[in-house]
Amino acid sequence: MSRKTLIPIGPYHPLQEEPELFKLYCDGEIVTDIKWETGYNHRGIEKLSESKSYDQVFFLVERICGICSTSHPFAFANAVEEIVAVEITDRAKYIRSIIGELERIHSHLLWVGLAGHFLGYNTVFMWAWKYREPVLDLFEMITGNRNSYAMFKVGGVRRDIENSKIPAIRKEIAVIRKKIDLLTGAVMDDPVIHARTKGVGILTRQDIIDYGAVGPTARASGVDIDVRRDDPYAAYPLVNWKVITAQAGDVFAKAEVRLLEMYESASIIEQCIDALEKMKEGDITLKINEIPEGLGTGRAEAPRGEVFHFVVSDGSNSPARHKIRAPSYTNIATFKKSCIGQTIADATLSLAAVDPCYCCTERMAAAYDNSSGKKILNANELIALSLKRTSELRKSGTGHE
Amino acid sequence: MGFKDYCFRKSLWVFHFGGASCNNCDIEILDCLTPRHDLERFGILLVGSIRHADVLLVNGSINMRDKDRLLELYHQAPKPLLVVAIGACGCTGGIFAEGMTFAGPVDKIIPVDAYIPGCPPKPEAIIAGIVKLAGKK
Ligand code: SF4
Repeated sequence: MSRKTLIPIGPYHPLQEEPELFKLYCDGEIVTDIKWETGYNHRGIEKLSESKSYDQVFFLVERICGICSTSHPFAFANAVEEIVAVEITDRAKYIRSIIGELERIHSHLLWVGLAGHFLGYNTVFMWAWKYREPVLDLFEMITGNRNSYAMFKVGGVRRDIENSKIPAIRKEIAVIRKKIDLLTGAVMDDPVIHARTKGVGILTRQDIIDYGAVGPTARASGVDIDVRRDDPYAAYPLVNWKVITAQAGDVFAKAEVRLLEMYESASIIEQCIDALEKMKEGDITLKINEIPEGLGTGRAEAPRGEVFHFVVSDGSNSPARHKIRAPSYTNIATFKKSCIGQTIADATLSLAAVDPCYCCTERMAAAYDNSSGKKILNANELIALSLKRTSELRKSGTGHE
Repeated sequence: MGFKDYCFRKSLWVFHFGGASCNNCDIEILDCLTPRHDLERFGILLVGSIRHADVLLVNGSINMRDKDRLLELYHQAPKPLLVVAIGACGCTGGIFAEGMTFAGPVDKIIPVDAYIPGCPPKPEAIIAGIVKLAGKK
């Protein structure tokens, strides 16, 4: 009988929305089963939300996840506005979309960097994070904070984007576009990245449908879904853009979808600021006097997929019930499909591919021999395995240097 | 120069513990290491094991599940150790302090040497905090 090994990854991956513990069961180098545990990051947000007023809930939901700190307020605003049955002003719609798309660019850049780190390409990591900085500068200019923007409220947005700032934004976007070009070129043309990511962690169209995966994970397997188009909100129906899909379903396809999506985001932002320039400043919020009794659902396309918020109002000034479903929750289940049968070095990569943030796994990961309970591999050795694989590929001539 | 000063005279190695946080603080800590801020020019290095660390950075509110793990890490760490609580969550529990699973703040669980407030603190603030701490005699 072959010996089975258990490799726990986690529980702390601070860069993920939900710190989790993954247990990889391995036979030799091949992963045969995977289990996961959640709860390390449980903060009781849904319950907390019931004790806050509608205005305060926005600050709470943007702190569900620091990387998607606009998607949650977006979905919550959509839900509450459904209860109140108002339509926000056009200017507020454009501003909301600008913030949402800037966030998508920063989140995808962050993911590209971390994926590079996992492959042993620290240069990609450093580059991607360096080029993320101009996006954060833009955020600071528009909202006053680098993360957690506090821009949304029921009935509109909290701050206007002054028309005098628009030329500066346009210039920054042009800079960011150039940097994305550079990064896309570097990733798409590298034969070693091709060798490491093509055919790895494949999810078929059927897998996606079975597991209900969303976002770039689904789009990379040819499932053409995007809340921004399918259930239009904010300014997305008012601008031209397209949903990016790929067919292969492997890690490379996921990278491709994310890289190309950044161009779409940049183009959406440019169209939005053009529209803003033609409008009068200041018309950004509606006065909402009360929130009537009722149920509301709100959806938004986060960088990782569909965010869903369900709000029950009893007519008081705080939600009676608030249910949240984040995209990673469904995406994580696909690990069962993408990791089983892979080598350990590829499995870590497949994990990273589904959820953009998987950087800190190495700190707590270790491999234990199941029978004796003795530690055989620690985190750094696991990473070293992945690095070794890349360098072997390099040497074997798959990569021409 | 006391023993403690002697220990912290040279490059500080940092271990990062992210509790029940919203990730923003974690990202800003990582951001400190990337080209714009580049903490490594001060000799500050993020390490993978608490047993190699001089500084323990804790961010995020601490929930019941994290609490024992944080304590265990603290006991495993070689002393003297500097503990830095980062962000509103690390300092007081922030917006999650009324949560049903909240077990912190950090200074109720382990002794804290420095607090860096902000939600999240900017990388500049984190660097300033650590440099100040390192320079304190
Ligand atoms: S202090 Fe703010 S940014 Fe930091 S983890 Fe807490 S909520 Fe997130």
